[in-house]
Amino acid sequence: MLTFKKTAILVALCFTGGISFAQDDMFADLNKEIAKQKDYAAYTFKSTRLLDGSTIENLASGVLDFRISHRFGAMDGGSVGNAVQNLYGVDNAITKIGVDFGITPWLMVGVGHSASKDNDGFVKAKIIRQATNGMPFTLSYFGSIDMETLPAPQLPVATDSWLFTNRLFFTNQLLIARKFNNSLSLQLMPTLVHYNYVDSSKFSNNTFALGIGGRMKLTKRAAITAEYYYRLNNTNLLVNGHTTYNTFSLGYEVETGGHVFQFIVSNAQSLAERSFIGQNTDSWGFLYPKNSLHLGFNISRVFTIIKPEGFKEEEKKKW
Amino acid sequence: MKKLLIAVSLLTITSASLFAQKAMTRTGKITFDATTPTSPEKISGIDKQVACAMDAKTGHIQFQSQIKDFKFEKALMEDHFNENYMESKNFPKASFDGNITNIADVNLSKDGTYTATATGKLDIHGTTNPVTTTGTIKVSGGKITVIAKFSVKLADYKIVIPTVVADKIAKEATISLDAELIQK
Repeated sequence: MLTFKKTAILVALCFTGGISFAQDDMFADLNKEIAKQKDYAAYTFKSTRLLDGSTIENLASGVLDFRISHRFGAMDGGSVGNAVQNLYGVDNAITKIGVDFGITPWLMVGVGHSASKDNDGFVKAKIIRQATNGMPFTLSYFGSIDMETLPAPQLPVATDSWLFTNRLFFTNQLLIARKFNNSLSLQLMPTLVHYNYVDSSKFSNNTFALGIGGRMKLTKRAAITAEYYYRLNNTNLLVNGHTTYNTFSLGYEVETGGHVFQFIVSNAQSLAERSFIGQNTDSWGFLYPKNSLHLGFNISRVFTIIKPEGFKEEEKKKW
Repeated sequence: MKKLLIAVSLLTITSASLFAQKAMTRTGKITFDATTPTSPEKISGIDKQVACAMDAKTGHIQFQSQIKDFKFEKALMEDHFNENYMESKNFPKASFDGNITNIADVNLSKDGTYTATATGKLDIHGTTNPVTTTGTIKVSGGKITVIAKFSVKLADYKIVIPTVVADKIAKEATISLDAELIQK
């Protein structure tokens, strides 16, 4: 049996229920619901590439991204001529042309060809999304296969054949990024690059590296970016007898309408993961041993190939 | 016990009748268009999850839109809309809070089309300005459809257009509203 007190409370509850509706803001309930919703971090980075490597950003589904990346020759001119004669390396550019496509909001793929004779295909998938009231970071997986198509080297035994599999490289990365505020985003990239062919008496087939990168916005549309890959093993790896170095790149990125321009200074000229993470023979030393920095830029242009839900009907009408 | 239950249900019903004159929806539509003749593409987005509520007795009317609910044909445009222009992280909502000044002329219990004038505060991008606009209220079988179209000067709401694209985006955006309210 209910006591009088309990009845009184019940009655009071009924009244307060009515009163809360009578309040001025008719969206009080709705806004309580909104406050509980997960708010996913968006625009952690401007582009799907930080500088040389990838960011956690994916293309929207149905969007095609046409990318042209240039890395000029060494600023000191490399082996032929001096810096001024070579206009600080502008003469000897490596160009990469690539096409990326967003399949779903969390899955994208891409293919590319670089003048360093690297042909690559990659897949990138978003696993965890940073959100207020949720995960503190975004986690993505990046995996790529790279096939180089340089002429086969001279082998000690002339009858030996250079195996196709010797040309393959596999990159696996976890991309862990956090957007701290509107201007600062940082990303960690634990990386494994597998080289099918190395001098296995001295080196491992697997190079482990830890990358760190970040973006700091200067204005709404411009930012400075940086990226560094620190190798955990195979640091004494030689490429054609040359010492290898860790890659550090600095960039300035600006977006205008449908384009994102990224201007880059880096000690890596190649745009292939296998190369700038584990096989980079150029160093950052301005004076020592030589100034082998490279200028470069990335340009990205997106096209909407498949229109999102809700906009498809409009397309039909037009035709 | 029975008496108590009856009393409680009666109270609930009466308190419900207190707001019976309210009509609301959460699936109103707002279209935003900032296309100019020199725009290379259509600059337009649509939010189909607009909340709208109207007090039929007093004429009090409210709209609320979450900026991130605006969908665009081009994903990059949606990114720029949220990140650079509307800054939806800092200003997640746009809202209108006002009154229908000629509510006496609108008979919500009788089917018909009425012209209504609303005046109130429009809050976009963290900036509030007074607005007055004329729209249409259609009543049909208990459903109230509110239709309005008006333009807002982006500069009035501190939405900055960079000089590079100044001739490609309209300085005044057209806002169209279409909401079908259900009486409660």
